Amino acid sequence: MKKLFSYFKRYKWQSLLGPFFKLLEATFELLVPFVVGLIVDRGLGAYVDGGYPNADIGYIVGMCLLLAAFGLAGLAFSVTAQYFAARTATGVAADIRRDLFKKIQSLSYKDIDEMGASTMLTRMTSDVDRFQSGVNLALRLFLRSPFIVFGAMITAYIIDPESLGVFAVTIVALAVVVYAVMFLCMPLYKKTQNKLDKVLLSTRENLTGARVLRAFCREDGEKKLFDTRNEELNKGRKFVGGIAAITNPLTYVLVNFATIVLIWTGALRVDAGGLTQGNVIALYNLMGQILVELIKLANLIVTVTKAAACGGRISAVLQAQPSLLLEEETEAKGSGAFIEFDNVTMRYIEGADVALENVSFTVARGETVGVIGGTGSGKTTLVNLIPHFYDTTEGEVRVDGKSVRDKALQTRLRENIGVVPQKAVLFKGTLRENLLWGKADATDGELWRALEIARADEFVKEKGGLDIPVEQGGKNFSGGQKQRLTIARALVREPEILILDDSSSALDYATDAELRKAIRKLDFTTFIVSQRASSVMNADKIVVLDDGVAVGMGTHEELMRSCEVYREIYFSQYETEGGQAV
Amino acid sequence: MKNSRSVPKKGGVLKRVLGYVGRYPASLVGSFVFALLSVAATLCVPVFFGDAIDCIIKAGKVDLVALKSVFVKTAVAVLIAALSQWLAGICNNRISCNVVRDLRKDAFGKLGKLPLKYIDTHSHGDTVSRVIADADQFSDGLLMGFTQFFTGALTILGTIAFMLLTNWKIGLIVVLLTPVSLFVARFVATHTHKFFVEQTSARGEQTAFAEEAIAGLKTTQAFAHEDENEAKFDKINARLEKASLKATFYSSLTNPSTRFINNLVYAVVALVGAIDVANGTIVAGAAFTVGGLTKFLSYANQYTKPFNEISGVVTELKSAFTCAARIFELIDETEEVSDGGNEELPRAEGIVELENVSFSYTEERKLIEALSLRVPQGRRVAIVGRTGSGKTTLINLLMRFYDVDKGAVKIDGRDVRKLTRRSLRKSYGMVLQETWLKCGTVRENIRMGKPDATDEEIIEAAKKTRAHSFIKRMERGYDTLLSEDGGNLSEGQKQLLCITRVMLALPPMLILDEATSSIDTRTEKKISEAFDRLMEGRTTFIVAHRLSTIVHADAILVMEAGHVVEQGTHAELLARNGAYAKLYNSQFA
Repeated sequence: MKKLFSYFKRYKWQSLLGPFFKLLEATFELLVPFVVGLIVDRGLGAYVDGGYPNADIGYIVGMCLLLAAFGLAGLAFSVTAQYFAARTATGVAADIRRDLFKKIQSLSYKDIDEMGASTMLTRMTSDVDRFQSGVNLALRLFLRSPFIVFGAMITAYIIDPESLGVFAVTIVALAVVVYAVMFLCMPLYKKTQNKLDKVLLSTRENLTGARVLRAFCREDGEKKLFDTRNEELNKGRKFVGGIAAITNPLTYVLVNFATIVLIWTGALRVDAGGLTQGNVIALYNLMGQILVELIKLANLIVTVTKAAACGGRISAVLQAQPSLLLEEETEAKGSGAFIEFDNVTMRYIEGADVALENVSFTVARGETVGVIGGTGSGKTTLVNLIPHFYDTTEGEVRVDGKSVRDKALQTRLRENIGVVPQKAVLFKGTLRENLLWGKADATDGELWRALEIARADEFVKEKGGLDIPVEQGGKNFSGGQKQRLTIARALVREPEILILDDSSSALDYATDAELRKAIRKLDFTTFIVSQRASSVMNADKIVVLDDGVAVGMGTHEELMRSCEVYREIYFSQYETEGGQAV
Repeated sequence: MKNSRSVPKKGGVLKRVLGYVGRYPASLVGSFVFALLSVAATLCVPVFFGDAIDCIIKAGKVDLVALKSVFVKTAVAVLIAALSQWLAGICNNRISCNVVRDLRKDAFGKLGKLPLKYIDTHSHGDTVSRVIADADQFSDGLLMGFTQFFTGALTILGTIAFMLLTNWKIGLIVVLLTPVSLFVARFVATHTHKFFVEQTSARGEQTAFAEEAIAGLKTTQAFAHEDENEAKFDKINARLEKASLKATFYSSLTNPSTRFINNLVYAVVALVGAIDVANGTIVAGAAFTVGGLTKFLSYANQYTKPFNEISGVVTELKSAFTCAARIFELIDETEEVSDGGNEELPRAEGIVELENVSFSYTEERKLIEALSLRVPQGRRVAIVGRTGSGKTTLINLLMRFYDVDKGAVKIDGRDVRKLTRRSLRKSYGMVLQETWLKCGTVRENIRMGKPDATDEEIIEAAKKTRAHSFIKRMERGYDTLLSEDGGNLSEGQKQLLCITRVMLALPPMLILDEATSSIDTRTEKKISEAFDRLMEGRTTFIVAHRLSTIVHADAILVMEAGHVVEQGTHAELLARNGAYAKLYNSQFA
């Protein structure tokens, strides 16, 4: 939570001025009972024979005008306060959203895998919204309420020092009640918010997985699951709501019983001549103000506890440390090859099976490296280590002799590597915007050239050129089209290193072959990850992976001679596809 | 629930909200009764305190006996007020929670009935935000409305009645000044509504963008594109901030302005009341006392509160209703054509016919035109063609994810539109290239194909597809929790799980859309035997690029731009030396 307070720094003045003006407004409110007491005691004068012969009408009129003036001043102050409060709350919320987004973008692949998209999304939307309304209310009322409460006590002391005890006891009792309710509700709110996450998950899944769920006729089952989750959320909310609802009645009882005591002791002292009727009225009105204020405070507490729970969830994300290790300055070492894997072992989670085990090899600039192996053999893991998307568990990946953990190197790599991931991801906007991801200042000519190499120029022309819209998730393109567009996007930047991670799986053989031919003509250092022997057999070097172990390394011919796994892969594809092994 | 829900309801949002609220008559009655009780008791308390003040005139003129009996009455009233307030609170909480649950339930139920076209063309983030954030905000507004609107109105009425009865002059002044307060509240509410609409739409836009950015985060990082995304986000964020500031500030003007009016009322009551006391004016049969003035002032204060609250509630309700309208908009979306009354497809033989089928996603762009096709039972049909030639569309039509524009798709001679979707889809086993797994255990995901499958059956199926070996190696085997969309598995592993799902279900027909595209050929070869056995006697549609899968098909459909350009066996088509031959020969390029 501490982290969130720093967001108020930018709105230091606003967040101070808001409550300040609220306090000014409250001061005028506190003066009202005082003035009413004066009207009774001085304006009416002494009570003689069932009437007020000495009443001073001029004085009464003056005092009532004063009350009206207080009202006007209160209006001016509170409007000012509202503005500053709204300004602070919306500003802080906007800053938090911006930083959350920034933070989420800086998380490592591993963190993203662990946290999950829907959690990140709720934190950024509904949690921040609730936090914003909490801050807004808090600035308006959180200081005002205690101020009125204590102010009433002090005013009461000025009017009648002996009434202090009743006020003090009442306030302590009230504080205990309010605190106890908050203490009980806080963790419960957190719990229900987690239940809301589940409801959100169901909703999202039924959108993203609509096809599969319908194909398996799971609509009813999903509905049942949603209903259970929804019901659980409902139960949780009802329970917390029931507890929170007790605050108002309880404080009401406390204050009114305190009033009884107050008037009773007041009566005794009036009888003895130590106090006037007007004094008792003023004290009574002050106690009344405490009640009104407390009701507001109780409502506020519900909102603020919810906001605080949301704040906790927000700061958890803000404080998450990207798990990637970075080093400021590293020394160059190793063999001096362009890219070097030095005895690399990698586990995704501690204690889990190895994804890569003791892999070592080097790559010279301009070489094409094929990475082949079965499902789950570690191919993607291997290429993901080059731009330092994940940390190695043991060993080191070096580029130009420097560890990829080097901060400056990572920046350079991320800006100069073209990655085409397995899953083709495009973003809402126009095609041009998507392609410019590769290189922000690319010319139309460069874009078309990349499209041409990626064999995407034809359908792009057909659909209407570079400015055709891309829908969210690239839904308006087929799987194969998306893959070719993501390849083009990577080519636009003319990368130092091009990584094609099984990125032609949705392409037919003809297109795939044409594409590879075109890429071979470019002089980037290229990694081709594939399960098709035909995709990698022309590479300068092929790394064969089997369950995370590099079981073969070399050219196609060498591997055909020496590597059993490679031969198996090769024959599984060629023998049945016409038996015309080259 | 009634059947009328299948027809989109028209009519005001308020009416529909009331319809939902009306489902909880017990809580509703409770809410009203307890609110009434609590207001009545609460209104008595200041009267008693006023009486108490009248017992204390000055030194030596204090009636302690009368004071005691007044306090007994006060205590009883306070306890009644508190208890009924609490009970009313519980009733209100129940109503608002239940109503939101029902709304969410209906909205979610709708998701299952929306045509895929809606899901394919609408931002998921926006829909999610309707079901989650909008529903929440609506719930908050509704709760506030219930707790404060009704009690507020009752308090106002009670106060006015009391004032008019005890001192009609002051009462009249208050009644006359009241409309000013209402007018101010109304003025603010109508003028802030548009800011709320603005805020809601900016929020929706931001959610949609954030959702996409988070889903594509890995790509963003791979392209070091974080800064550009941030800039875009900041732009929407700034707009949201501005709209939010306006909505928050202007709506928060209601309180101070109504409070101001009420302070004026307070001053006037004090003035007129004090003068009445001074003159000893006779009202309601007795001289107006200081205690009477105290009662009036307390009332003027109490009277302030409900006005502030009601006006606050009005603004809150405005935004709640904007949210409700967005949820209703979703609930009102046109559903898929109902298949109520349609026949069940018994275990299908698997004769599939397409009669003169035309289909396109958008009107401007024709895709499939006058396509006819007949697949006898048990055949293995391979669909080949360049990327984007309409292969996946054909599957959308077979599974009835989309309806044909013209012509008909028939199974065993029956138009699929005359069958229930459920029975139709149950007859197909589908493995798509874009794998999708739900958040849950491996076991749950596999069981999706056959909900009543035993653990042994699941393991058996997984062994056939070779998924067993990697599942076994996972942290908790079949009970390993997969994150959303199977995030922690490779594409190939996901595909194996999807195939296992179908292997378990054993449906009479199969659709394999690039089912093995991410699985390495060695594994593929190992599972091919199981696949062959699966396809035995089952009508199968295979979209594939691997010619090995295609060569053994009974019939090959070659598609180009939505048309079937060639049709025949591998040998026949090669001999024809047309489109297929070209495609086939290119594989060794």
